[in-house]
Amino acid sequence: MERIYIFTRFERFWHWTQALLIIAMLITGFEIHGTYSLFGFDKAGQLHVYAAWALITLWVFAIFWHFTTGEWRQYLPSFKKIDVVIRHYAWGIFQGEPHPFKVTRARKHNPLQAFAYLGVKLLINPLVWISGLAYLYYNELNAAGVALSLGLVATLHTIGAFMMLCFLIAHVYLITTGHTVTAHLKAMISGWEEADAEHGKQAS
Amino acid sequence: MKISHLGLLASLLFAGIVQAADAPAPTKLNTTADHSKFKELQREFTSGPEVTKACLTCHTEAALQIHRTKHWTWELVNPLNQQRLGKKNVINNYCLSSGTNLGACATCHVGYGWVNSSFDFKSQENVDCLVCHDTSGNYKKLQGGGQPPVKDTENPPGSGKIVKAIDLAAIAQKVGKTSRDTCGACHFFGGGGDGVKHGDMDSSLASPEKSVDVHMDATGLDFTCSTCHKAPAHDVVGSRYTPTGKDAGDAHIRGKVNKSNPATCQSCHGQTPHKTGTQPAKLNQHSDKVACQTCHIPQFARGGVPTKMNWDWSTAGKLTPEGKPMLKKDAHGHVVYDSRKGDFVVAENVTPEYAWFNGEVTYTLLGDKVDKADGITLINALGGNASDGRSLIWPMKVMRGSQPYDPVNKTLVKPHVAGNDDTAYWKNFNWEKAIETGMKDANAPFSGKVDFLKTEMYWPITHMVAPKEKAVGCNECHTTGGRLDNIQGVYIPGRDANQWVNLIGWLAAGGTLAGVMLHGLVRIVRRKN
Repeated sequence: MERIYIFTRFERFWHWTQALLIIAMLITGFEIHGTYSLFGFDKAGQLHVYAAWALITLWVFAIFWHFTTGEWRQYLPSFKKIDVVIRHYAWGIFQGEPHPFKVTRARKHNPLQAFAYLGVKLLINPLVWISGLAYLYYNELNAAGVALSLGLVATLHTIGAFMMLCFLIAHVYLITTGHTVTAHLKAMISGWEEADAEHGKQAS
Repeated sequence: MKISHLGLLASLLFAGIVQAADAPAPTKLNTTADHSKFKELQREFTSGPEVTKACLTCHTEAALQIHRTKHWTWELVNPLNQQRLGKKNVINNYCLSSGTNLGACATCHVGYGWVNSSFDFKSQENVDCLVCHDTSGNYKKLQGGGQPPVKDTENPPGSGKIVKAIDLAAIAQKVGKTSRDTCGACHFFGGGGDGVKHGDMDSSLASPEKSVDVHMDATGLDFTCSTCHKAPAHDVVGSRYTPTGKDAGDAHIRGKVNKSNPATCQSCHGQTPHKTGTQPAKLNQHSDKVACQTCHIPQFARGGVPTKMNWDWSTAGKLTPEGKPMLKKDAHGHVVYDSRKGDFVVAENVTPEYAWFNGEVTYTLLGDKVDKADGITLINALGGNASDGRSLIWPMKVMRGSQPYDPVNKTLVKPHVAGNDDTAYWKNFNWEKAIETGMKDANAPFSGKVDFLKTEMYWPITHMVAPKEKAVGCNECHTTGGRLDNIQGVYIPGRDANQWVNLIGWLAAGGTLAGVMLHGLVRIVRRKN
């Protein structure tokens, strides 16, 4: 059994705090959207804004961390072996085959994963972030001459929220697809990935 | 040190006592004049105009100032649309119109003797100073010309009700500033009874609790009407004919020329009144779309006095088998049917309806075409929408009713209802005769045919501001089916959503969930194998 330290302490703190905040914002956000009544609009709005500022702060630190450590390269897209990974999730995983991608310190996400996270970082996050700030500062923007429609801002923010929700559902499920059901979860808690001995054989 | 301190204290106390004994401090008055010391008022008065003459010896311009106001003329031309309005001209869906009914209506005129068109509007002594400036609470006016009773008088004549004489000299010697009582003597009782007309003004405001009106709170801020409705040169600010729909200005500052209406909320509170609470900035940002009143007056008629919400004149005239008019009351003792007037709906603690309003009011006046077939006739149509930049969402009392009109000429009518003669409706119960008299007086054509049509009248609600803890909460509008459910042209989070985004969004999220569950299920099944 091979053990690799792939998630540093900051990365794990960032991940779990972000997870908590995003779940909190989905819950309060869909209440603001009028989907259900839980805290009441007032409280939901307040919690959503607090969580938003906490998340923005966290993202500022995370972006800084990504660039200073060079970890941003983890998300560089690559089509290399992507067909093999797709085949694994569509077929091999049901046959009990090991994952074709070998996790290394330099490349800790398989190509499909890297694409997904890049999408989150370049599409969903900016959409949620920009539309959210426009929502928050709607009056100031209009006063400054940026004539925005609140309906448009809210709709874009909602689209972002739905995309984030879809990502979250898929992400939570894919955690269970390690060589054991809890292997990925344990890695994000301890930082150590226990790689299967069989790992990467097919791809090599 | 101690001794010298004590000495100082003692000498101060002593000085105070000496001063108090020498010259007793006068009662702290808000005025420099004690009217009881005026020679002009130390005499017997046998009529209202005599008192006015005495007032005018010092207050030389007062009557001329009153002559310029709509309190006197009951008339004004709306500068926005040139409509001739005022109590003299408008038709409403309460007692319908003044016209030939002046004997009853003009009891609330700030003058003496207005019963018909022969009244002299140029007369200074016909101005009634006391009705606004009485502080004794003893002043009274009789129906049929509004004279004060200087001897015991049967009023209305033939009613058997004796009105006790009042001492005009004693009242004149106690004149002072206007009060909630003097303004309220007419304005609380508009529409013919306590709270009938406005919904946000009734006798509960004479000495209200904080919960009824945070500003007028008798043991707190204790505002009078004129605290907001200032009256430089007797010209009282604030109007229902030409109201301010949106005050986008800052709070007024002493010394700075402020041309805007000084009776608006913003004229004191400015545009960013929320300083505390969970999200003060967000609340302040509402002020570009939502009138202060919309959140801060959660209900009207909160003081225990019901207001009239519906008045159906079409059912008036039902008499007892003996041919007598009757009254029906509800469980609370409020009249719900009166043979003279028809059916009423009264209500307390009424949640307002809401509408965009920019301050423009267009009345349906005598001569304007109305038709039952057109549905509901608006007594006063309000201007405003989400996009004109001059409108706010306002709370409204919507007075609904059914009232007589001329179905041939297609006009509203001015019936002669009050009076002790053989055409007044309240005595004879004959619409044709009553309308003929009223329309003849107004020089308006009447076909002789009478029908009833449904009407609505809008009353922007602005009084009875509740303490902030009682303000309307976010949830009451930011939801479907909430208070602002009918408000168009604005995106309200929690109420509105793009239904396509919702549909596609939930399909995507549901699809993802179904997909991963299916994938997981296949894994479980395969693992067992």
